[in-house]
Amino acid sequence: MVIALRNLCKSYETAEGRLDVLRGIDLDLGAGDSVALTGESGSGKSTLLHLVAGLDRPDAGEIMIGGRDISKLDDSGRAAYRRTEVGLVFQQFNLIPSLDVAANIAFHAKLAGRHDPTWENELAERLGVGTLLTRYPEQLSTGQQQRVAIGRTLAARPGLVLADEPTGNLDEANGDAVLDLMLSLAKGTGSTLLMVTHSQKLADRLDRQVHLRSGKIA
Amino acid sequence: MTIWTVAAALLSHWQRRPLQLGAVVLGLALATALWSGVQAVNAEARASYARAAAALDQNELAHLVSPHGRSIPQAVFVRLRRAGWNVSPVLEGEYRFGTARLRVIGVEPLTMPAETQAVDRRNAGELLSFISPPGTLIVSPETAEKIRRQTDLALRVSDRMPDGAAFVDIGLAERLLRREGELTRIVIAENQRPGLEPLGTLAPALLVREPSAQSDLEHLTESFHLNLTAFGFLAFAVGLFIVYSTIGLAFEQRRPTFRTLRCLGVSLSALAVSLLAELFLFALVAGAAGVIIGYLIASLLLPGVAATLEGLYGASVTGTLSLRPEWWLSGFAIAVAGTLISSIQSLLRLMRMPVLAAAQPQTWGRSSQTGRRFQVLAAAALLGLSGALILWADGLRAGFGVLGCLLLGASLLLPAMLSGFLTFMQRLSSGALVTWFWADARQQLPGLSLALMALLLALAANVGVGTMVSSFRLTFIGWLDQRLAAELYVAARNEPEADRLRAWLATKVESVLPIVSVDAEIRGQPMQIFGVVDDPTYREHWPLIVVMPDVWDRVASGEGVLVNEQFWRRERLRIGDQLDLASDWKATVVGVYSDYGNPKGQVIAGINALTSRHPQVSRLRYGLRVQPDQIADLRSSLSDEFGLPPDNIVDQAALKEQSRRIFDRTFLVTGALNIFTLGVAALAVFSSLLMLSEMRLPQLAPVWAMGVTRRDLALLEILRTLVLWLATFAAALPLGLVLAWVLLAVVNVEAFGWRLPMHIFPYEWVRLGLVALAAAVVSVFIPLRRLAGLAPSELLKVFANER
Repeated sequence: MVIALRNLCKSYETAEGRLDVLRGIDLDLGAGDSVALTGESGSGKSTLLHLVAGLDRPDAGEIMIGGRDISKLDDSGRAAYRRTEVGLVFQQFNLIPSLDVAANIAFHAKLAGRHDPTWENELAERLGVGTLLTRYPEQLSTGQQQRVAIGRTLAARPGLVLADEPTGNLDEANGDAVLDLMLSLAKGTGSTLLMVTHSQKLADRLDRQVHLRSGKIA
Repeated sequence: MTIWTVAAALLSHWQRRPLQLGAVVLGLALATALWSGVQAVNAEARASYARAAAALDQNELAHLVSPHGRSIPQAVFVRLRRAGWNVSPVLEGEYRFGTARLRVIGVEPLTMPAETQAVDRRNAGELLSFISPPGTLIVSPETAEKIRRQTDLALRVSDRMPDGAAFVDIGLAERLLRREGELTRIVIAENQRPGLEPLGTLAPALLVREPSAQSDLEHLTESFHLNLTAFGFLAFAVGLFIVYSTIGLAFEQRRPTFRTLRCLGVSLSALAVSLLAELFLFALVAGAAGVIIGYLIASLLLPGVAATLEGLYGASVTGTLSLRPEWWLSGFAIAVAGTLISSIQSLLRLMRMPVLAAAQPQTWGRSSQTGRRFQVLAAAALLGLSGALILWADGLRAGFGVLGCLLLGASLLLPAMLSGFLTFMQRLSSGALVTWFWADARQQLPGLSLALMALLLALAANVGVGTMVSSFRLTFIGWLDQRLAAELYVAARNEPEADRLRAWLATKVESVLPIVSVDAEIRGQPMQIFGVVDDPTYREHWPLIVVMPDVWDRVASGEGVLVNEQFWRRERLRIGDQLDLASDWKATVVGVYSDYGNPKGQVIAGINALTSRHPQVSRLRYGLRVQPDQIADLRSSLSDEFGLPPDNIVDQAALKEQSRRIFDRTFLVTGALNIFTLGVAALAVFSSLLMLSEMRLPQLAPVWAMGVTRRDLALLEILRTLVLWLATFAAALPLGLVLAWVLLAVVNVEAFGWRLPMHIFPYEWVRLGLVALAAAVVSVFIPLRRLAGLAPSELLKVFANER
């Protein structure tokens, strides 16, 4: 999926006054690219990711996804975009606690109308959670939970995978294993990957790096 | 100093969560209010009975009475006075002044002990007018209003008199009651001269009845007050559910604070003392609010309770409520007790919490599998116990025991049943959102289960009591049609007028049914014996439950009598049993009839059998059978011919309407308490939903992020609440019906002596369902508005790594 961000601006009202988080971001991503978004805390990495995910709207600028400006979409349009085109992986995993592993993995795919039990089982096996399908998130380790979160994202075969510190809660060995899986699976499905990370080591493993500083690309 | 610092840190939680604070205080205040309100009503009614008993029965003094309730010859009193005993005679009975029936108490003011005196002996004028012919009636203002146009006797109004009774001079009582030379009891003054001949020697046939702390009325109305207490307790328990769940949530949310405080060197005891002080503070504030609300509730309920007591027991409850010191104290005590009951589990959990316990709050209310299993086992045990009580126990308390076990057992079972239902629905569904919907509803269950249990109790109580009252109403109306078969009822003002009336009516109507009765004591119970003529009206209409063949022939011949259901059950009589109606009058029980709303036992005999034993019986009232189109003409003819006031000529429709009005008024209190309980339960659900909504973001945000709109999420929230309410309502229906059955077949029989058939009223369920639905929508409205109005930035915080 081709992504083009043009002069993207975003600010928030805080107790101390207006805070400009993004100040004119221009960025292009080609189909199948994997890009690391790095920068100091507060540089605007997560905000940029949220805007691209359609979770929030920019104050100004364009977010062209596959030739369409998603910032112009209304609430339900952006919901449909997230449902069918984007896959999100968060640092906190954000699994659905009331559903078991199998249902969590299938959840987004079902919402997107791309439910494929064979593919979901294969993913579960490759992610090493194939024996945990009937367990609930609270019964899993953090590493296992993150694998399930990645499985949920990739099961829906999204054109764009957005990951926010996906290994931030994992130890190094687990983090490496999870990242390997995510990269290989994303490549396998032809998804574009935009990943926010603090880790230079992790960023080095992606095709490209974009560094943010005070809301601008450095 | 440490305690203050700790307390400030703990209290800051409430400052940031005013809704939670509101829920604790409101829940506690409502629980206290409903409980103390009901207690205040009970206390006021009991105080009123005690005042009435002290005034009318002189029950603070000993009495001489006949063991079988027969009259005492006046000669016994004379013998006692001559022997030096300080005693006073009393003759009492029911007397009808036109349409008003009064308890007439004939006293002798010169010998009556001063402490129970109705007449001021120092006021010569008052005393003289009381004892001189034609005589004076001392009555309450309400009674005076009722009988003013029905008697020529002088009336003296006294605020100390209960309604429905009149003090008269004993000579006048003898004339009115036609019981010359008879006494009902003899009052024994406290101060007696020493060395008197024993009472046992002077009056060997009489018994001494010692002063009684409990009046007859108090005893008679015990079941009603027990009922009211049960309702108050139910509402109290429902209110405590709110407090329990809110305090549990607050403790869970403050786990990180507890851990931090412990790590900073605050001892466990200091922490516990601070928390107890905090709870005590809540109890004081909520207790004060509860007492004031309870006072308002009691003020609202008291007129209804008075109407109920008058309707069911003929008990007059007078007096006004006042905020007494003991009421404040008991209100605070119940608030403190309620707070401790609601928080004991959380406090114990805190005491066992290691310093290095995980600071993350656990999922609110999540109980372990063991806990849930224990809950189901406890429910099964309670339900089993209620079944055992139905089968093998007797008495009113056992009846309430059945109700308690049944309600508690069913409410404990509810979370497991709902969980099973939601799991089943989840398994049936295949779509992602639908599956999530059921799974998420199941996940909300621990947090909502207490509120839903409260809702179940309130709904079941509504269905049960509603079914009982409506069954009673339906039966009562059918019964009225049978019982009030005569088209017109007329009451003469005196016997000569009654004689003229009978002669005049002989050619004007199809039949004349005299209504004659005497008071009696049968098997130690105050009873009424009615005499009936042999007429097809009775044969065709009288509401008989159990009969012997040729029942009316046997009654007409004087061989048999009918008894009312309450007397039949109370005395465990069987058809064919012999009954001693008087020393010279024995008769066989040949049938049983329903007699709703009458607290006393009643016997129906042939009129000849009655009048031959009681020739002086009053014959003032008559039921008249006429063609419906002649009622109006007959009414005006009676009025023209005899100058009878309108109250003395009542047609069947008016009488039925009046009876229905009294019936409906009787159950006003029940209706009011039902609404209160349902209101508190709705509040419990509302506060639980509101508090859950504070914790919903992490559960909803991922679903939103995956492309479900906020509007859809909001709709699903409504749907989830409605499903849980509906499922609880569905569970409440069978429970309510069982409750109704227990009320009709066990409690009513024990409390009143009559058993009613149970009818089903699906329209009432629909109405209750709609009320519950409206309450559900209201309860979800604020949490929903909060969700629908959430800015995306709020939802994004869930995903933010740098919050």
